Amino acid sequence: MSADLSELYQQVILDHNKRPRNRGRLPAANRVAHGDNPSCGDQCSVYLRMDGDRIGDISFDGSGCAISQASASLMTTLLKGRSSAEAAELYKNFHEIVTTGKEPEEISDIAAFAGVHAFPARIKCATLGWHAAIEALKGGPNVTTESHTD
Amino acid sequence: MPNWNDIRRDFPILHQQVNGKPLVYLDNAATAQKPRVVIDTLSRFYERDNANVHRGLHALSNRATDAFEGARTRVAKFINAADSAEVIFTRGTTESINLVAASWGEANLKKGDVILLTEMEHHSNLVPWQLIAARTGATLRYVPVLGANAEGGLDLAVLDSLLSPEVKIFAFTHISNSLGTINPVVELCARARARGIVTVIDGAQSIGHMPVDVRAIDCDFFAFSGHKMAGVTGIGALYGRRALLDAMPPYQGGGGMISNVDFFTSRWKPSPERFEAGTPNFADAVALGAACDYLDGLGREQIAKHDAELAALAYQKLATLPGIRLLGPTDPALRSGLVSFAFPDVHAHDVVTFADEDGIALRGGHHCNQPMMRKLGLTGTTRASFYVYNTPEEIDLLVANLAKTLKFFTG
Ligand SMILES: Cc1ncc(COP(=O)(O)O)c(C=O)c1O
Repeated sequence: MSADLSELYQQVILDHNKRPRNRGRLPAANRVAHGDNPSCGDQCSVYLRMDGDRIGDISFDGSGCAISQASASLMTTLLKGRSSAEAAELYKNFHEIVTTGKEPEEISDIAAFAGVHAFPARIKCATLGWHAAIEALKGGPNVTTESHTD
Repeated sequence: MPNWNDIRRDFPILHQQVNGKPLVYLDNAATAQKPRVVIDTLSRFYERDNANVHRGLHALSNRATDAFEGARTRVAKFINAADSAEVIFTRGTTESINLVAASWGEANLKKGDVILLTEMEHHSNLVPWQLIAARTGATLRYVPVLGANAEGGLDLAVLDSLLSPEVKIFAFTHISNSLGTINPVVELCARARARGIVTVIDGAQSIGHMPVDVRAIDCDFFAFSGHKMAGVTGIGALYGRRALLDAMPPYQGGGGMISNVDFFTSRWKPSPERFEAGTPNFADAVALGAACDYLDGLGREQIAKHDAELAALAYQKLATLPGIRLLGPTDPALRSGLVSFAFPDVHAHDVVTFADEDGIALRGGHHCNQPMMRKLGLTGTTRASFYVYNTPEEIDLLVANLAKTLKFFTG
């Protein structure tokens, strides 16, 4: 397996893909948004239970490749308990990592996604769940990756 | 009988490495590669004959016009149309179907009418009908696909009851791009015709892969793309029965399609010019004519046999992979040159990424067939589609690669 490919499919990603965290509907959700990647058919719904401005609980649901599923799974673990401003900041970081391959400043599982940048077609897979989460935080119902430049 | 190994030499693109491995191109249902003769025809046209058609009185314009109309005659012969005026050049299958839906639909559909489609249609034989239905008040109806893996094909038992008097037009694919199913087009057309229903065939996947005779099929319209039959991109055609074309309004307005224009009204020319507003894509049409020659040189019966044998071999070998779900007909006689499959634990895009690593080009996803994928409980499949230059050795490489991918993800 090439270096690029083993960078893309890191252990962290394979693990989240196989054993997704916070997967399924969240019965107590008070926000939900759905993300679609029309070019490949991947789908991801993100459910939030907001406690004021904080994400009290979060889950995701959907189907897609290992990259999209693992990204959404890891995202839920990172966003729980965060404010919307913190979530936006985390997304900014994540986005920079998947588009440039830059390692994060703090040690984080997010680093596993740095390999995505070598596969431009897969950046949308990695950001699908995040788009849905940000949309849910804004109170919007649907997003599609086509309306985003990544 | 073509020598299938020599054929690879006709296709310059095949002789390259991808990710350090020899290219194995198995994405032919998306677009086929072009033989040297087609590429050369295109560049020779630009180097020697290029000028606008039907307008100039000079030598180059006459040459270009002859080459363009010669290509029309060649395409008409390729599909055995009675009259070359029944061949309208378009950008491809999608534009051909949009032309029929918009032009025939506008003149003939009204509230209460029904457009019959099948569940296995590509989005390009689905969305144009949704658009014209919304504009005219007609509604859509679907012939179901049978079987958990769509192995049963179209439900012909219910077809006659679906072909009720409100149905005005029946549009269906010749070969499914996501299943490989070859539909019984002669029978479908006969059953529709018996009730006076107009038929439209999406021939995107059949045109370059088997003999196509629109008169033997007895369809009213037949749409196809040049790029899937060893021709270049940007050109395709719509075959239409002359009597129907003559009664249809233009699709677009512009130069070349009118017989007389004043400030307030125009009169149009007959087919094909009526439907070819503006400067047509004559250079690519000429290259399409060369693709027809190339394929007939190999023999389309032979191509169909070659592709189907590869698909049957692939089907058989893929079936040995643990957990694989193979879609479409189990009977090789009903299957064209492609195999579509899914794994329970590995997503199609991961499969495709791993294949690419070994230089193997596959397609993964919903194949522009989302409603049917949803019905089958799938978000997508991986597809290997074959053409004249593919070999049994390439299938072995594919199966070995897939086994490796499965091992990586499922241990
Ligand atoms: C069955 C079928 N119909 C229609 C199309 C659309 O063809 P084009 O994109 O060349 O217009 C395709 C191409 O993927 C196809 O496979």
